[in-house]
Order: sequence, then C-alpha cells, then structure tokens
Amino acid sequence: MRPSHPGPSVPSPSRRSLLRGAGSAALLAGAGTPLLAACGGSGSAADPKAVTVGSNASDAVPKKAFANVYAAFRRQSGITVRVNTKDHNTFQEQINSYLQGTPDDVFNWFAGYRMQFFAAKKLAAPIDDVWARIGDNFPDAMKKLSKGEDGTYYFVPMTTYPWAVFYRRSVFTRYGYEVPATWDQLVALCKRMKKDGLVPIAFGDKDAWPAMGTFDQIDFRLNGYDFHVRLMAGKASWTDPKVRAVFDHWAELLPYHQDGFMGRTWQDAAQSLAARKAGMYLLGSFVAQQFTDRSALEDLDFFPFPEIDPAHGLDTVEAPTDGFMVSRSPKNRAGVVRLLEYLGTPAAEELYLRTDSSVVAASGKADTSAYSPLQKKAFAMISGARNLTQFMDRDSRPDFTSTVMQPGLQKFLQNPQGVDGLLASIERQKKTIFASS
Amino acid sequence: MTSEPSRAAAAPPPGTTRATRETTRRQLLTRRDRITLAVMAGVPTVLHVALVWVTALASVALAFTTWDGIGFDSIRWVGLDNFRQLFADNPQFWPAVEHNVVWFAVLILIPTPLGLFLAVQLDKRIRFSRVYQTAFFLPVVISMACIGFVWQLVYNPDTGLINSIIGANRPGHYIDWIGDPHLNLWAVLVAASWRHTGYMMILYLAGLKSVDPSLREAAALDGAGEWQAFRNVVFPTLRPTNTVVLVVTIIESLRAFDLVFVFNKGAQGTELLSILVTGNIIGESSRVGYGSAIAVVLLVVSLAVIIPYLIATFRKERRA
Repeated sequence: MRPSHPGPSVPSPSRRSLLRGAGSAALLAGAGTPLLAACGGSGSAADPKAVTVGSNASDAVPKKAFANVYAAFRRQSGITVRVNTKDHNTFQEQINSYLQGTPDDVFNWFAGYRMQFFAAKKLAAPIDDVWARIGDNFPDAMKKLSKGEDGTYYFVPMTTYPWAVFYRRSVFTRYGYEVPATWDQLVALCKRMKKDGLVPIAFGDKDAWPAMGTFDQIDFRLNGYDFHVRLMAGKASWTDPKVRAVFDHWAELLPYHQDGFMGRTWQDAAQSLAARKAGMYLLGSFVAQQFTDRSALEDLDFFPFPEIDPAHGLDTVEAPTDGFMVSRSPKNRAGVVRLLEYLGTPAAEELYLRTDSSVVAASGKADTSAYSPLQKKAFAMISGARNLTQFMDRDSRPDFTSTVMQPGLQKFLQNPQGVDGLLASIERQKKTIFASS
Repeated sequence: MTSEPSRAAAAPPPGTTRATRETTRRQLLTRRDRITLAVMAGVPTVLHVALVWVTALASVALAFTTWDGIGFDSIRWVGLDNFRQLFADNPQFWPAVEHNVVWFAVLILIPTPLGLFLAVQLDKRIRFSRVYQTAFFLPVVISMACIGFVWQLVYNPDTGLINSIIGANRPGHYIDWIGDPHLNLWAVLVAASWRHTGYMMILYLAGLKSVDPSLREAAALDGAGEWQAFRNVVFPTLRPTNTVVLVVTIIESLRAFDLVFVFNKGAQGTELLSILVTGNIIGESSRVGYGSAIAVVLLVVSLAVIIPYLIATFRKERRA
C-alpha cells in the first residue's frame, strides 16, 4: 500500500545514528521485559501494616463505599488497605492471568460456582480460620455459598441483591391489577396489560445476559433448586424434558415481551418501565439505578417471580452475592485475616450500605433500620429464602455460559419453535466443555 | 515493516557521495561493519520471529490441545477434537464463515466501485476538491470502535435516528436493526462501507495521480469519450492499485471485528470468526485450545486467498 506519488523528502539518517537507534531499541526491549513483568506486581513486599486489595468496584458509588469501609478498618486496626481498582468487566476478563501472576492479597469476587472454580484450581487460599470468628454473623444459605467443593471456606460475603419482577405501584392501582401469585395469573395479567395498551413485560437482551435471568426463574420455579443446580453444574442433561418444559413456559410468555429486545440494553428497557409504558420488568434490583426521578423511585415495587410448581413454591431466590477472596499466597496473611474478620461483621456491611443503597447486607445481623422500603423488602425476601442461586453465569462455568448459553438463548428468543434442535446442540457443546479440565 | 531497517542498510543512504561508496566496496567488511550488519539484521529478525512466527506456530500447536489458560501443566493433547467440534457442533461457526465471505463480497462490490467513482470525480480538479476529499476520508480516520458506537446509536430501536424518523419505535412496528438476524449484518455493513468507501477513494486517487497525463491527451486526440478513455486507457494503468485494493479489502473482511464487537458483540446474525476467537480465548476460564482452532481456520482461509493471488501477480509482473 504505497501511493506512487513522491513521498516527502525526509533526510535519511546516517548509518551510525541508525545503529545507535537500534542499540537503544534493543536496550529498551531488554529493559521492557522486567518492566512489563512488574506491571502486575503489587508494590513492596510484606509490610505488616498494609494489605492490598484488588477491586472490581470501578463505579463511583461502590468505590466510595468501599473506601469508607477501609478507612474505618484502618482507624480500628492501624492496617492500611491499598486498593488497586480495575474496570469491572476488565477485572472479570483478566481474572485468570491476574490470579496466576502476582495478585493482591485480597480480591473482590462472586459467590458460587465462579468462586469454587478458582478454589479448585488452587488460585485462592482457604479461610476457615476467619470463618471460625465470623460464622455466627451469617445465615446458613450464605455459609453454603461461601464454601468450595471441598467443604472449606474461601469467600467472605459482603452484599447481595435479589432478582424479581419490578413494577410501578401507581400503574397497578390505576388499572386495578393485582400481583400475580401463580403462573396462570401472570399470563392473565399480561393479557390484560396488552389490552390496556401497555407493554406487559419490558425486555432488553442486547448484552445477552438478561435472558439468562428469565431462564433461571422459570427453571427453579418449575423444576426446583436441586435440578437447577445440577443443570448448571453440567450434571443434568439439557435434553431432559424438564428443560424443554422451561422453554415451553417461556415461549408462552414471549409474546408479551417488549418488541425489538435484541437491540435494546437493559437500561433502555428499564426506562420504559419508568415511563409507565411497560407494566413489569424481571431484573435485578439494580434496575432502581435507572429511576433517577425521586417520586418514580418511591413508586417502584417488586414481587417474586410467581409460583409454577406448588411443590417448590417460592423457596428459591436468585440473589447474586459479592464479597472477598484471598489469593493463593498473600504477602501479609495476618493482616488479611484481620481485614476479612472486619469485613465479615454487620458493622462493616452497614457502613458500606450507607453509601451504596442499591444492595443489601449479606449478614443476617446487620441493622436494617436505615433501609429504604425497597431494600427492606429485598432483605426480607433473601433472608426468608430456603435456597439462594447466584445467576446462570455465576452458577455455571463462565466459558459455557458465554460461548454456548448466551447465543443459545438469543437463538431461542428469535425462533422459539426450534427448541429441540437447540437443546441437542447445547447438550453436545456442554459435554465437551465440562469434559475439558 | 521489519524489513525496513535492513533495506536501509543494504542500500547506501542517498546522501553519500560516489567516492565513499567506492571505497566501502573496495574494502572487505570491517569487524565493525559486520557487527553493524548483525545487529541490523539480527534485531528485526529476532523480533519478527518472536512476535510473528513463534506466536503463530504456538497458536497452531495449541489448536490441537485443550487448555484453560491456568498453568502450563494443564495443557492436554486432544488431536483433531477441537476441529471436529468446531465443524460439527458449533452452531456459530458456519454462519461466521459465511458472514466473513459476505463481508468481503459487499466491500468489493459496493464501496470499492463507489470509491473509484469518487476518486475519478475528484481527480478532475473540480472546485472544493480538497473539502470533498477530506469529508469522504474522515470516516477512515475515526477508529472502528467509535464508528460502531456512533452507528449503534443511529440504529437504536427506541431512540435511534432511523427508527425515530420513520416512526418504527412503537410497539408492533419495531425494526430491530441491531438484533434482528436478517437485518443486523446489512446494517453493520452499511457502517463498514461508509468507512471503506473513503479508504478506497484515497487509494484510487493516489493511483490516478500517477497516470501519465499524456495518455489521456492522446486518448482525447483520438476522439475517445470520457467513459471510453477511462475504460480503455486509465483503468488498465491502475492495475497496481487494484492489486493493493483487493488485498486490502480481503484483509479488512477477514479481520473485521471491532465494528461488530461494539455494535452488538457478534450476536446472532453477525457472528464473525474473529469474534468467535476472542469470545473463546478472552475471559475467565478461557478455552484457549478451542479458540486457537478457530484462529487456525482464519489463518488458513487468509493464506488460501492471499497466496495464490500474490503468486499470480508476481508471475505476471516478472513476465512483463
């Protein structure tokens, strides 16, 4: 690709200066290697008065909330927390190489399969000693979420939030709708909303993960928690008629979903709920972030996804839980233990929630008096649950959910008739992915 | 790129006088010269081998393994399994291949002739020629990621420019430019063509500038019309440019990635090989072996297209 008109006349360098340049380039390349290698490093070696934390809390609100918590910890213990914050998604994408390199002592992570994966790979350190102190602060469901497959603890939960069906109270009052308790009532409500000129269920799946939330809800309501967990862990088959039934239910509801969802982000879908154009929206409680108008936010309410099989009722809540893990060989183990013991207290969680009110405390003992009505309801729903799930991409292998399930579910949404072929294809791909290491 | 410095070393810089050239030729290479040569040829060679060949061959080798990217001892040899799964079980693979081909076909059929047309018009020294040139070339300067971002705002089903103008953002009337698998590839190709036209225009404009004006004069004297002169005189002389254009377009269509990734992450309808590679390799608990297998397919396709063409071109040039 060389345009044939004469190029600008640049004085050509003499051989000697070229050589010098080459020499310094080689030097640079040589010096670059240790420089690059040092990039992942977390600074000076063991300082007994400091603990490093790798953080994915890159959004302004959680970042500030954590800063307050660490400041309080410092006042109490004299140990400084050095935070190394990375963009939320980048942190997630680089977690593999991050944990294999020179990770920080402690890092932000998610409960569930995604935590167990790194525990099983020996990239995280067990923390049973911490749990001996903080165990009483947490309900049993949280304890279950914090253990690896080997039964030891690897995780300290901090905050959690529920997935539910969100709606505006004023819309329900205006049309005289009632919160549906069963599947049939939900379908009937959708029909009424459509007749009233509303979009029954707001939906946006441009980012490919929201559809996984709908699948989770229908699956554990219909087939129960145990089946859902086995399916996510790759043990149950996707060609099982039970899975087929999930998609049949979903297909029944699909005509009431908002049109054009493949190109819509969840934020835009939430806007249609805020604007009273849509009646309901199944999403995590972070949907409230899109309700910037105060009166609209106060009008926002939610109900758990309705019961499908009475044998399972509403016993399961999807409540993704965020917290902390310890890297495989922390530089300051004693400091890490003190930090985690502090983070596992209701006081630390309360302090965090004072700044970030979009989530609720993971501990059952945290003070709830400062909660908004929405938070109170979310807290009650989570603490009343028999089982907690974490969301499909946290309950299963991330490579499976991102390369197979996300495109698979999008395919179903486009073409609800082709379920059988789709499920056979998912099962074939699942087998190879779960068989590999 | 890496061959630049060595070429500079072989040919004496234009500034040197004839006398010095002769003295260096008479003497045998001094020790210093030999070291100089070794460094000049050696450093680029080492860099080239390490950054191009070693990585490419490692990727080919990894295509026959399964590896989650955690520790080298977890690499396991699986033979042709990755390829078998890819060809038989991956529902995104064949659509991706098809979309890469469509991408190339569209780029060569629409923006390339359009770019040539614009170049011919601008070559006529019309008024404000520079302004038009700049306007058409601007999209090439913008990064693909930004283009993807801007166009997905235009195509947004609820608030986008197009749906707002034609009133297609009401329930029941939606046109889902980004999500509908029958539409989204074409929507994204409009954005790609928008950029590619400017690119082609500049290449052809450069080619046209080098056409000997006397050829045109001669054609005009012989009574050739504008179209005849272009078809029979100007276009044949653009052959070197055409080679460049074809190779550039093939490369563009095989490495198409950023635009689509920003647009809709390669959702159904816009799957591309490059996006499948990234989707499988980048991220937690990555499938490095499987992703490498897709990358190898991409490599083979590129070689299969480029090598025969280049061989044919060089052979023709040697004969001429």
